[in-house]
Amino acid sequence: MASVEFKNVTKSFGEFRAVSDVSFDIGDGEFVCLLGPSGCGKTTSLRMMAGLETPTAGQIFIGGDEVTHLHPKDRNIAMVFQDYALYPHMNLADNIAYPLKVRGEPVAQRHGRAKEVADVLKIGHLMDRLPSQISGGQQQRTSLARALVYPAKVYLFDEPLSNLDAKLRLEARGFLNHLQRDMGMTAVYVTHDQAEAMALATRIAVMDQGHIVQFASPIEIYRRPSTTFVANFVGNPPMNLVEVEGAQIDGKLALKAEGLTIDGLAMTDAIGKALATSGKLTLGVRPEHLGIAEVGAINTITAPLFANENMGPESLVTVDRGDSARVTARIFTDDHLDLSKVVTLSFSHEHVHLFDSAGMRIPALGE
Amino acid sequence: MKLTIPAFVGRIAFSALAALIGAIFALPLLWFLFAPFNARAELGLALPDPWTLNNFVTVFGNSYAVQALWNSFIQAVGGVILVGAAATLAAYALSRSSIPGKGAVTYILLLFSSVVSGSAAMVPIFLIVSAAGLMDTHLAVILTFAGGLLPTAMFILRDFIDSIPKSYEESAMVAGASPVQAFFDVALPVIRPGIVVIVVWSFVNIWGSFLIPFILLRSDSNMPASVAIYSFYSEAGTPIVTLLAAYSLIYSLPVIALYLFVSWKFGFRFFGGIKA
Amino acid sequence: MTTEPIEAKPKKVRNFALLSNRAGAAFLTPAGLLVSVFVIVPFFWVIFVSFTNRTLLGRTALNPEFVGLANYLSLFDPATFFQRGQFGFSLILTTQFVLASALLGQALLGLLLAWLIQTVPPWVKRITETFVIAAWILPEVVIGFAWFAFLDRDSGTLNMLLEGFGLPPGDFLLDQPFWVIVVFNTWRGAAFSMMLFNSAFSSIPPSYFQAADVAGASSWQKFRDIGLPLIRGHIVTDLILITMWTFNTFTPFLLTNGGPSYRTELVSIYNYRVAFQDFQFGKGAAVGVIMMLINLAFALIYLSIGRKKKVR
Repeated sequence: MASVEFKNVTKSFGEFRAVSDVSFDIGDGEFVCLLGPSGCGKTTSLRMMAGLETPTAGQIFIGGDEVTHLHPKDRNIAMVFQDYALYPHMNLADNIAYPLKVRGEPVAQRHGRAKEVADVLKIGHLMDRLPSQISGGQQQRTSLARALVYPAKVYLFDEPLSNLDAKLRLEARGFLNHLQRDMGMTAVYVTHDQAEAMALATRIAVMDQGHIVQFASPIEIYRRPSTTFVANFVGNPPMNLVEVEGAQIDGKLALKAEGLTIDGLAMTDAIGKALATSGKLTLGVRPEHLGIAEVGAINTITAPLFANENMGPESLVTVDRGDSARVTARIFTDDHLDLSKVVTLSFSHEHVHLFDSAGMRIPALGE
Repeated sequence: MKLTIPAFVGRIAFSALAALIGAIFALPLLWFLFAPFNARAELGLALPDPWTLNNFVTVFGNSYAVQALWNSFIQAVGGVILVGAAATLAAYALSRSSIPGKGAVTYILLLFSSVVSGSAAMVPIFLIVSAAGLMDTHLAVILTFAGGLLPTAMFILRDFIDSIPKSYEESAMVAGASPVQAFFDVALPVIRPGIVVIVVWSFVNIWGSFLIPFILLRSDSNMPASVAIYSFYSEAGTPIVTLLAAYSLIYSLPVIALYLFVSWKFGFRFFGGIKA
Repeated sequence: MTTEPIEAKPKKVRNFALLSNRAGAAFLTPAGLLVSVFVIVPFFWVIFVSFTNRTLLGRTALNPEFVGLANYLSLFDPATFFQRGQFGFSLILTTQFVLASALLGQALLGLLLAWLIQTVPPWVKRITETFVIAAWILPEVVIGFAWFAFLDRDSGTLNMLLEGFGLPPGDFLLDQPFWVIVVFNTWRGAAFSMMLFNSAFSSIPPSYFQAADVAGASSWQKFRDIGLPLIRGHIVTDLILITMWTFNTFTPFLLTNGGPSYRTELVSIYNYRVAFQDFQFGKGAAVGVIMMLINLAFALIYLSIGRKKKVR
């Protein structure tokens, strides 16, 4: 196991900058998820770690050694591909044992080791099948087995669960979590699914347009998203963002928006600085922090009801503030919610997130 | 599903028309189904009387005829090996390397290969072969066909390799394989179906060709079966029909077998691109 | 982390690619050499030879003289241009041959067959396809001989059938040689168009036709309003390819030898006669150059259409 470090890494494809001056440090034994929408540079970053792309500028270190221009085969890493890349002409035993074959291990030994790993992954009984003769979930586990069959410094995962159906994905996710606890491997895991990242990672790097927007633990990212982009990307449904007019009145922060009533918030230096630039702020509240309230209550958002979806243990209540600016509340009840045409949703001050006009988080008191 | 009466009549008319066209296409070939087995075959269509395999025995007793089949085989196999090997390497490079100008190379190759046809370039091909001192050799025919078939073969194969995910070789290299190991262990087996297709395509093309060996070869001992059959029926005055019918059938068998093989292995549609 | 140089034991790559540029160049070399010598060099050599009076034998075989445009002038000599056995006659004959046997014969018959076999029962489809494709894949000499037998004046299958229907037999190779090679080439090549159109039709989602069925369209309306417009691109491809192949084909030589009295002498056959029977290489090369120019025009059209398709 080893650490991974990016130092000012940039990767351009012609005019397009896929990764832009990115630096980070991944410690030994960490499980880091690169999370972001497609085209954000997460897969390119992973491929540069693997040596499948060469940075345009910057340096990459694995275990303290510079590997920036090293051929993939010389990096001693393992990788699971999105399409699994199982060799169609080899049976599972040969597929899983292939990394040992190129390392020159004798047949008996490498097949023995492959069987051990396959047994752990519950595919040991399929060793003489071809990849085309097994199910999608089994293919996924085979590609995982091929990565685990030899001791690598770093394990790289490129959206390994995205080709599985929802149920299998949950199962595989749980298994990966278990594996990480068991082995304590250093892993870098690319995904666009925030739930996957939250469930697996010790730390998440949220990427957008070639930059790392926030690099922190899942809890931190959930509690204190550093930008509106992160706030909007993590959480399901995503955080509600309401554009508000902010002003300092009587030493308190007053916020104004259609349908919004809110007590004055405590002023801080950070808020003052933001207001100095622009009075246009963004107020964020997570759906699970909204409740149903009486009309006229304080700290609420009131708007016409748009949708009321009962999901079993919870209901998603959406109101429409006009111009498709919708706010969704996640109400934990297994009862049917009987709602009037106009709904008032309430929240408390401690669950309010504030972002400045550039979308950057304004630290709350005590952050 | 129940058909209305006009639709039913229409469907019968369609079938009848299709069958009629099929029959017209079959007519010139019907003779070949019977004459080789007819001890007294003539140019007319007739049921064999008596049925016999003697015509085939006669063919295999004719050393010139057997030699010509063998020559066809040498030329086709030689050409196929060259085309298969050179096209595989070149197509792989065109697909997987980032050599500058590979797009232009492909374009120029395609352009030239469709412009320089055998019948337009027969004079310079003849002159090059004779300048190289290869006139009247198998090698002349093999090299000429290899050059002529390669651009199309490379193009078909490059498309095939482009459609194969790069993650096969990438995963091999991440797992520790060198580029050479990745090529032989992973890439080559995966692109083998594509190679089979161009090999079959080249074989059928060379085996069936007439003009190039007709121009480049002189001695009887080098002539392939195509030229032999032509000289049997065009120069010999009255052709020996029995021998010729049996011989033509034997000569056609590899082509038919390969066609059946390809349509069994890759499905019927694949053959659409197989002859140019 | 580290400023001191790491020991350079593993090889470094400047820019990772699955195949390095050097290996790529090595991979391309054998094919490049073969294609250069047998495709690209002939293209330029034929232009050079067409300006000389090179022959197969005699003085000018070893020391050909530069004759300028003499070969081209003799090809386009207005006094003889249209006479039988001259270049102009061949060129016009070839144009008619392409129009009649490729553009009309192969393309229309192929289209009809492709549409028919979409709807007929599988066994009819299989039998029809088998014979149409057999005509196309069998070696050309075998086909030549088959037609030689089929058209035989005294006992050929065709005359036997005609007599059976009470029609007068004929020696078609002597009386109607042009129409014989037109029908011959249509028969020989229809399979390609059929298969191309067939795969084009089957790439149309069946729901398009089912929607038309529901709307009450007849088979002809479905063909005209849905099938035809959706395969327009394939039709253009097909027409250009079969035009080029038919223009260059040498196969009719195996049936008629270009005769009788030059009446089926297509440019390819004319080229062969001038170069390898009259042994005038210079003049033959000039014919080759003109053929290649015509090929070039078609190839450029074809490639530009193909490129446009890719861009879209």
